[in-house]
Amino acid sequence: MPKVSMTVNGQAVSADVEARTLLVDFIREQLRLTGTHVGCDTSQCGACVVHVDGRALKSCTTLAAQCEGASVTTIEGLAKGDDLHPMQEAFRENHGLQCGFCTPGMIMSAVDMVKRHGGKLDEQTIRHELEGNLCRCTGYHNIVKAIAAGSEAMTSSGRVAAE
Amino acid sequence: MSGSPETGTLDPQVNTTGELRSVRTSVRHDSAAKHVSGAALYVDDVGEPAGTLQIAIGASPAAKGPIVGLDLDAVRTAPGVVAVVTAADIPGHNEISPVGAGDDPLLADTKVLFHGQPVFIVAAETREAARRAALLATIRIGEAEPLLTVEAAEAADSLISPDFNIVRGDPGKALETAANRMSGNFPIGGQEHFYLEGQAALAIPQEDGDMFVLTSTQHPSEVQKVVAEVLGLPINAVVSEVRRMGGGFGGKESQACQWAGLAALAARVTGRPCKLRLDRDDDMVMTGKRHDMLARWQVGYDDDGMLEAADITFLAKCGFSTDLSNSVIDRTAFHTDNAYFVPHIAARTKRMRTNTVSNTAFRGFGGPQGMLAIEHVMDQVAHRLRIDPFDLRMRNLYGPDRDVTPYGMTVFDNIAPEVMEKTEALSGYRARRREIAEHNAENPFLRKGLAITPVKFGISFTATHLNQAGALVHVYTDGSVHLNHGGTEMGQGLFTKVAQVVADEFGIDLDKVKITATTTAKVPNTSPTAASSGTDLNAMAARIAAARIRERLTDFAAETYDSVAADIRFRDNQVFVGNRAVGFADLVRQAYMARISLSSTGFYRTPKIHWDREKGQGRPFFYFAYGASCSEVTIDTLTGELRVDRVDIVHDVGKSLNPAIDIGQIEGGFVQGMGWLTTEELVWDAGGRLRTHAPSTYKIPTSSDVPAEFNVHLHDGINREEAIYGSKAVGEPPLMLAISVHSAIFDAIAGLAPPVVAIPLDAPATPEAILRAVTAVREARP
Repeated sequence: MPKVSMTVNGQAVSADVEARTLLVDFIREQLRLTGTHVGCDTSQCGACVVHVDGRALKSCTTLAAQCEGASVTTIEGLAKGDDLHPMQEAFRENHGLQCGFCTPGMIMSAVDMVKRHGGKLDEQTIRHELEGNLCRCTGYHNIVKAIAAGSEAMTSSGRVAAE
Repeated sequence: MSGSPETGTLDPQVNTTGELRSVRTSVRHDSAAKHVSGAALYVDDVGEPAGTLQIAIGASPAAKGPIVGLDLDAVRTAPGVVAVVTAADIPGHNEISPVGAGDDPLLADTKVLFHGQPVFIVAAETREAARRAALLATIRIGEAEPLLTVEAAEAADSLISPDFNIVRGDPGKALETAANRMSGNFPIGGQEHFYLEGQAALAIPQEDGDMFVLTSTQHPSEVQKVVAEVLGLPINAVVSEVRRMGGGFGGKESQACQWAGLAALAARVTGRPCKLRLDRDDDMVMTGKRHDMLARWQVGYDDDGMLEAADITFLAKCGFSTDLSNSVIDRTAFHTDNAYFVPHIAARTKRMRTNTVSNTAFRGFGGPQGMLAIEHVMDQVAHRLRIDPFDLRMRNLYGPDRDVTPYGMTVFDNIAPEVMEKTEALSGYRARRREIAEHNAENPFLRKGLAITPVKFGISFTATHLNQAGALVHVYTDGSVHLNHGGTEMGQGLFTKVAQVVADEFGIDLDKVKITATTTAKVPNTSPTAASSGTDLNAMAARIAAARIRERLTDFAAETYDSVAADIRFRDNQVFVGNRAVGFADLVRQAYMARISLSSTGFYRTPKIHWDREKGQGRPFFYFAYGASCSEVTIDTLTGELRVDRVDIVHDVGKSLNPAIDIGQIEGGFVQGMGWLTTEELVWDAGGRLRTHAPSTYKIPTSSDVPAEFNVHLHDGINREEAIYGSKAVGEPPLMLAISVHSAIFDAIAGLAPPVVAIPLDAPATPEAILRAVTAVREARP
């Protein structure tokens, strides 16, 4: 079995995995970081979104081996200690969740979205960008509100440039 | 007002402190901080005990036929496989019907009845190994002709149970004598739940052969019972527990039992913990959905559009087994009147047994199909008479002297006219009606439509015995509170609302109340969290439990501080005895030292309800929840594409316990209903295989499908019945608000057709269905 090494949430990890091991299984089963969820198994629902080298990526259709040497951030790595990331805070504050299963993926996609758009996000862009993340409680209204608020908070706190 | 046998001395509407601190505020979901940080655990996230095996399903390759060959040798010898389990390995009963129908095997034994039916399971060291091994089986099914549609089942007289009709007056005669009549066929599609967390269960063997099951279910007591049945154990040997679900929507009521039962069976056979998480495709193929139906309707009406008679027959596709279909389809009949008084009415239901997955509960529980049918009839009549559909609907609503339902229940709390008028005003309906007419006059291809439809939804389980709930509350010596009840959390905010009620009962901060996982070991014999009744039942039971402890503390304080109960108030984490204030935790400690019990159960049953199914008469509902919505759509008549431009909703939640949670339920319910009626289409092929078994082919709404302008207003009013603090149930009713989208599409197409041409718009109104309807009315133009 090949050995893979990567940085996950700032910590160096390495393990022997089968070549076909998916990144999501590596994260959930080997590292026991279970905030990254599997919803559809086929990279459509977005519950499994993580950041790989700063870009959002669906971990259910990525091989762990592809991430050799990469820096991976999961939902667990977003907060700084007890301080929630502004986007996490915005979802919490704006009731941007119901059953919560899609929430980690939504937040990871949202942070990526803000960074790519330099913090300038209008509602239409958010809705369009969010098409790869499904929410079946269909709480999209508050999710979009939360992302707009989170985007503003990230911009004003200087997090867009910093990350 | 207080003092009913159900609530004892408690007044359901009023708190003893005279004010509410947590209740009525928009408290955040209790798990919000955990959800945003990935710390909220679902079944598949909980750490597995060492040695846990993973399960995969071996499924039927055909829709119907005898099992003539089952070769599992290659499965058994595949790498990582520990056990292969078939029906022959079941120590108890191979039967999991939630209603004791005897037609729901855990594993197919001698025959298969739908494509994808579980035939065997594999337990292996890894999920991957189990899934690979399951594919190595050879399952040979003998030739048989499957019944795949309600029409085929009707021709073969294949039913799960006898027809059930709710009839008032003489619809046949009234149709004959009516000034005008119309009739038609209206196909209504089903709906996949697509809870984002798929079905999952972890079974862990205990001493004495007992079994513990962690499950994602709305009905832990049913899971407990099924596991006991399958393993041949008494119910007390099984514990089932659920902290939260990643969505339920009715799909984890009866449908969770099979997967928990299979995990428990594998755990029994192997002696090791076993986990089953269904792959999404398997989940969609193997679990039941909302019933698709065919509605055959006839209506008689006068020249003003007043309905004199309606006779609607629903052919419901129940699938291969009974499951909850009888109750579901009863509710179709209950809601065929929606908010309208029809003097002569028949809602007839036929429950077709087909060789498809067994359809089940889904938010609205049969009600949406009944309502959609009568609203479709309203649209057809309005079009035929050239009457504004809103005016036609207003005329036909329940009102004074026309306020009794076809099943004999008085609509005592009718606010439908008020809610409709408010929706008309807030949406600017009249002005927009004119603007849309102008738009359509100038745009032959992009046509707009507008519609307002009402909702009147009966609250209570129609199986009267289910309207009961239990709770268990402990107060510890530091003043912290442990809360448990029979309701389950699936994102609807039930746990938060119940905790708000308990906090206010003790006059303490919400963060002093610990919300705990639902488990059959703490509160037994629970009803499913379903029928929108979760808060009505469980918040009342929890309040009763908390009140018992508070009353004991009150008596103790009165005695200790030489006061009387009437002068004692619990608020702001303190207990006020006359002018003296004692910390809540201090009083609790003193009470403990004085040997006062600080734990209590609470039990609640809904008063006043009764239902005689034989006679079709009674008061099956405690009350009704109302709402209305106005939708504006644009359709492209060349492609059938649809856009929902604006939605305005007025919805009745009584006096809300938590406005933010309620509005979330309304928005989410509406969009989910919109999915059912516009984009979500289930397609089976000629062999009975579901071809839409993944989100690639089955389209649930995305964020860009949500209307650009979406205004939700809570109707401000108190529940006239004594529900918890005057609130009303909110889980299901908003789903049916989405019917206005279907009606608005109808309206857009109706503008292309003269009154004499009926509009053949099916549900869901997919682009294909819209295009079909547009083409049909253009070709039918005289």
